Amino acid sequence: MPEKSDDVTEALEKELLQYNEGMYILRLYIAGSTQRSVKAITSIKEICEKHLQGRVQLEVIDTYQKPQLARKDQVIALPTLIKELPLPLKRIIGDLSDTEKVLVGLDLIEKDAGR
Amino acid sequence: MDNRLSKKSAGGGVNFALKKSKTGIPGFDEITAGGLPLCRPTLVCGSAGSGKTLFALEFLVNGILKFDEPGVFVSFEENEAELIENVASLGWDLKGLTEQGKLFIDHVHIERSEIEETGEFNLEGLFIRIEAAARAVGARRIGIDSIEALFSGFSSDSLLRAEIRRLFRWLKAKNLTAVITGEKGNQMLTRHGLEEYISDCVLFLDNRMQGQVATRRMRIIKYRGTSHGTNEYPFLLTERGFSVVPITALAMDYEVSTQRVSTGVERLDTMLGGSGCYRGSSVLVSGTAGTGKSSLGACFVSAACGRGEQAIYFSFEEAPKQIIRNMGSIGIDLQTPVDQGLLTFHSVRVTSFGLEMHLAGMLRMIDEVKPAVVVIDPISNLNSVAVLEDVKEMLARIIDYMKMQGITAVFTDLSHTGSSLEATEAGISSLMDTWILLRDIELNGERNRGMYVLKSRGMSHSNQIREFIISREGISLKDVYIGPGGVLTGTARVVQEAAETEEQILRQRKADSMRQELKRREKALQMRIQELQDAFAAEKEEIEQELAETQAKEKNLAYNKSALAAMRGRDKEER
Repeated sequence: MPEKSDDVTEALEKELLQYNEGMYILRLYIAGSTQRSVKAITSIKEICEKHLQGRVQLEVIDTYQKPQLARKDQVIALPTLIKELPLPLKRIIGDLSDTEKVLVGLDLIEKDAGR
Repeated sequence: MDNRLSKKSAGGGVNFALKKSKTGIPGFDEITAGGLPLCRPTLVCGSAGSGKTLFALEFLVNGILKFDEPGVFVSFEENEAELIENVASLGWDLKGLTEQGKLFIDHVHIERSEIEETGEFNLEGLFIRIEAAARAVGARRIGIDSIEALFSGFSSDSLLRAEIRRLFRWLKAKNLTAVITGEKGNQMLTRHGLEEYISDCVLFLDNRMQGQVATRRMRIIKYRGTSHGTNEYPFLLTERGFSVVPITALAMDYEVSTQRVSTGVERLDTMLGGSGCYRGSSVLVSGTAGTGKSSLGACFVSAACGRGEQAIYFSFEEAPKQIIRNMGSIGIDLQTPVDQGLLTFHSVRVTSFGLEMHLAGMLRMIDEVKPAVVVIDPISNLNSVAVLEDVKEMLARIIDYMKMQGITAVFTDLSHTGSSLEATEAGISSLMDTWILLRDIELNGERNRGMYVLKSRGMSHSNQIREFIISREGISLKDVYIGPGGVLTGTARVVQEAAETEEQILRQRKADSMRQELKRREKALQMRIQELQDAFAAEKEEIEQELAETQAKEKNLAYNKSALAAMRGRDKEER
């Protein structure tokens, strides 16, 4: 990958952080239209609507179509939801059926916070 | 060609003879009769730093460079830049190969702290990445180093195991010949029991310390459908990569020669059945310090080079220049053959690296030079880096190797004063065809060298001890004096020889004088005979004269008588 685009991304990330704190950038990697993929998409959409209304940028990627992106994002397990922002980076893997764990992963609730 | 054909049959699943994929690793393809199982995964396990990664990488690099089979390297540990840097010293240009589209390096990074598991998943992402990479370069080979890193990233063991099993099956289905590395476990071959999933070929790499020297060894734990040696094969990571030291002559079926080669010492050739040792035989020259072992070795190579043959002199003690200088002082010119390119020196301290490294280095050099005579001086030094058993094994290997090539090998061996020669050499003497023993003989305040042929297979050899003389003119052998006082050498021999000469002269003189005496006596006798004969002759003459006189007198007497009578008668008549 050319370094330039990395720099650009980084700069963008910084900007986003600065001016738009609380903004979420999420990427969901799925493996085609399996049941598990559908389930993951449904789950994350639900969570976004419920918890991140208006401050989330979600991209769903079919790994089969873009393996190079999966490589760049170091995706192994599918489905994987990558929370690029806010930092720290998180890889939330699985079909996202355990909502509590997803919320923990997204830093929306504290770990082990009773719910 | 071969690979392409076999690809089909492997895919069909009805191949009886196992098709193999050559690794191109020197020695490895020999011990596995062709390499790794084609289109199947091979597990390479071993402890940290045992060379697993390198094995996998070399398999790929050789695949690209030697067999035109592109490859994918999936690294769970090092990233692309690190890998490129690490193997650059081996002359592998991973970057170049990547740019040529022959190699694809995919670094899989797993950071446990980033991962949150929230439900069911599989490792399809990894599969997709591998497949994309394989497709990008048209890969035939793949290295995965080390897949066990997955276990640190994900919590579900059973899921990982299922996925790994699926991966291996998938690789097979994709007709990829795979090398999968695994860290050595406590109870199992690998930490997570990968060997359970790989049934075709499992290799074990080991890096053991012995004394202060590490020795790398490889063992084929299983190789389905192939007969393979169960031994541990030493291997090396040299500046040219992986190198397995092959046991060359599993069956001792090499050709033997009846041709003789001179040892460079005329009298020694005579002692060895008249014309030196057999070509391709192994000669052990043992002796205590300073008995002239190296000199004899130098004589061997010098003679070989004199015949226009190639020779290698491996020295563990002296630098080439020093050997040349020292041998020059005793009339053995080694500089000329070096200049002519006939003689190659290889000097290295024994302790600089392990036994196998020495062995591999030697074999490689022998391969390059293709010599007729090889001298290894001395083998006893090898004991300082390995136990006798290992040294013996190594020597057996090198001897077998050289015998196969018809190379005459001379090994010098330093034996220690005081210890029994036969006991210390028992391990190696049986490997040797000819054993020449040099020993010093101390007598009359001086130390001289003695030599005898302890054994020499296939020839009637002399049983005599000879004095081994190293002079400015070179090496020569002299008969020793064996008398009532024992074996005499050096000055004592010279003195003895002088005494003998003197005695001989005396004897000669005595004989001469006796001969003269005899002559004198004969002469005297003859004189006496002459004298007697003369006397006799004189006497005879006298007697004969006397006889004649008597006869004359008698005649006269008779005449006178008749005359008287006549006179008397006349008188009577006239008166």
